[in-house]
Amino acid sequence: MSPLSALLFAAATLRITVPYALAAVGASIGERGGVVCLGVEGFMLHGALAYVLGAWFLHDPWLALLCAVLAGVATAGLHALVTVGFRADQITSGIGINLLAAGLTRFVLVTVFHSSSNSPRVAGLPDLPLGPLAAIPGLGPLLATPLVLIALLIVPLVTWLVFRTPFGLRLRATGERPEASAALGLSVPRLRVTGVLVCGALSGLAGAWLASEQHSFTDGMTGGRGYIAIAAMIVGKWHPAGAAAACLLFGATEAAQIGLQGSGFPSALLQALPYAVTMLALAGFIGRATPPRALGTPYDPEEA
Amino acid sequence: MRLPAGGRVSVALAPAAAVLLSLVAGGVLIAAVGQSPLEVYGLLARQAFGTGYGIGQTLFKGTPLLFAGLSVALAFRAGLFNVGAEGQMYMGGFAAALVGAYAPVPAPLLLPLAILAAALAGGAWAAIPGVLKARFGAHEVINTIMLNFIAYALVAWWGHGLFVPATVRTRAVADAAWIPRLDGALPWLRGSPANFSLVLGLGLALALGVFLFRTRMGYELRVLGLNPGAAEYAGVRIGPAQVLAFALAGALAGLGGTSFVLGYKHWFEQDFTAGAGFMGIAVALIGRNHPLGVCAAALFFGALAYGGLVVNQLVPSDLVNVLRSLVILFAISAYALFERRARRVQA
Repeated sequence: MSPLSALLFAAATLRITVPYALAAVGASIGERGGVVCLGVEGFMLHGALAYVLGAWFLHDPWLALLCAVLAGVATAGLHALVTVGFRADQITSGIGINLLAAGLTRFVLVTVFHSSSNSPRVAGLPDLPLGPLAAIPGLGPLLATPLVLIALLIVPLVTWLVFRTPFGLRLRATGERPEASAALGLSVPRLRVTGVLVCGALSGLAGAWLASEQHSFTDGMTGGRGYIAIAAMIVGKWHPAGAAAACLLFGATEAAQIGLQGSGFPSALLQALPYAVTMLALAGFIGRATPPRALGTPYDPEEA
Repeated sequence: MRLPAGGRVSVALAPAAAVLLSLVAGGVLIAAVGQSPLEVYGLLARQAFGTGYGIGQTLFKGTPLLFAGLSVALAFRAGLFNVGAEGQMYMGGFAAALVGAYAPVPAPLLLPLAILAAALAGGAWAAIPGVLKARFGAHEVINTIMLNFIAYALVAWWGHGLFVPATVRTRAVADAAWIPRLDGALPWLRGSPANFSLVLGLGLALALGVFLFRTRMGYELRVLGLNPGAAEYAGVRIGPAQVLAFALAGALAGLGGTSFVLGYKHWFEQDFTAGAGFMGIAVALIGRNHPLGVCAAALFFGALAYGGLVVNQLVPSDLVNVLRSLVILFAISAYALFERRARRVQA
């Protein structure tokens, strides 16, 4: 592999990794608080549609980005209401939200744009002025993309937030032993809701990236990326940096798969690799992936 | 997922409330696009239940939902969450299509063998998360989701050489592997694709009821679902029971693929399941994991699925997808609230 093709491969990998990493890091926050975040697929899809709607009606990609974040947060708010507010089953809620997003986005697509497959073309986010850096082949244009920089910054930021701040400590305590957090006077529902909402915001960003890159919304455009993000979070052992690293691995696999298409190599099998790796991780073959102790358990103060 | 608590009334009341609330919320959506909710729902009901053809379509759309619902319900009863009915149905349909098209057996054996292949493929695919849970304690939810995606990838890989050129379908199964349509026996369903796999599904619902509530093994699975500690204390071998529950659930889901593959198109087509496996979760949820409830819920969701196509002239057909998912969200919320109240009353 020549240096140039290595750079191009790195760029392709990074491009694929960005939405995974944003959603996976978001999910690691939500789940560290004790709420299963299977709904990131739906948060992302709503984020992507909101970006396109924002760009179409407000004619400003930055406002569109804000719309995407708000849509992600609102959808996550629904998940929080059902799982923390009503203490309903978290897994089922996530699946329900993903089905809701699949149906609702198409409903809006048909109503607003009179097409069940795609929106018209909208503006993407403008590039940042990076000067000479932008001249690096492959990577340069990518680094000038605002969401790539945001993704690169968010991983260390969230790691710091979860492991080095009082909020992070409280959030993790709530995911491990909510009754202990409550005994310390912390509000378990508030911490859990905050975690889920942050997850929604980051997933909304991930959706915005997909829509901005493609300059449009297409039906079902997240295509299971939310589930890959959850898988990466598990392989990364619910650690934001670990999750991002797993996303990079999955992104590289996908980039390789695209590169190998038509070469005679069974690239469809590579497609299955992230899922297989995740199953191996869950079974304990790649170190033990232990979820937060209270993950998936609704917290009811009257029963604690 | 917890099992229903409280009296018989609330067991049926909460799902009914969830359905009603989602229809109200859907009504707001209909009104938002400038249509009359009553007109849309009226049209939906008339089309789905008003004519023989409509009823046949409803039954046809409900058939894979019935199988998937039974699959998810059986797993739930054993304390397992099967999110993999989609992949199991996919594998089942693929296996049935291959046997129906290629197996060199005498004609009378072909149909039973193709149906058996669907059950075995679905069961084997579902046994994987069962074994991973029993042997390594790996949570089945993520594993079954991962296996859905692996099923798509595997079939895409195998299909590469098998599919009819320039299509995403296998070649047609032999005539002897066709499941006959119901309108041969019931002429008033004229022209609808409802077929005898529905009868198989209803028979299996009955069998599942007998198994769960009248056999020792079914009792053990239910104890396992309600209280694993008690089950272990009572001598239930938990690991094998979990694998068995998953394999049976997978076989049910796999059989759900026969309606489309052997009874309708007579070939396997990529993405033929179209989310029916996932909807099995909603069916089991609304049916409260009881075979009888699952039958009723499958009929309801089948009517929605067909009705969505016919209301398309007034509102986007995706209205029904929104309705279906709202039913899920309302149902789990209602169950959680009802249960909490029931526990409080007991306390």
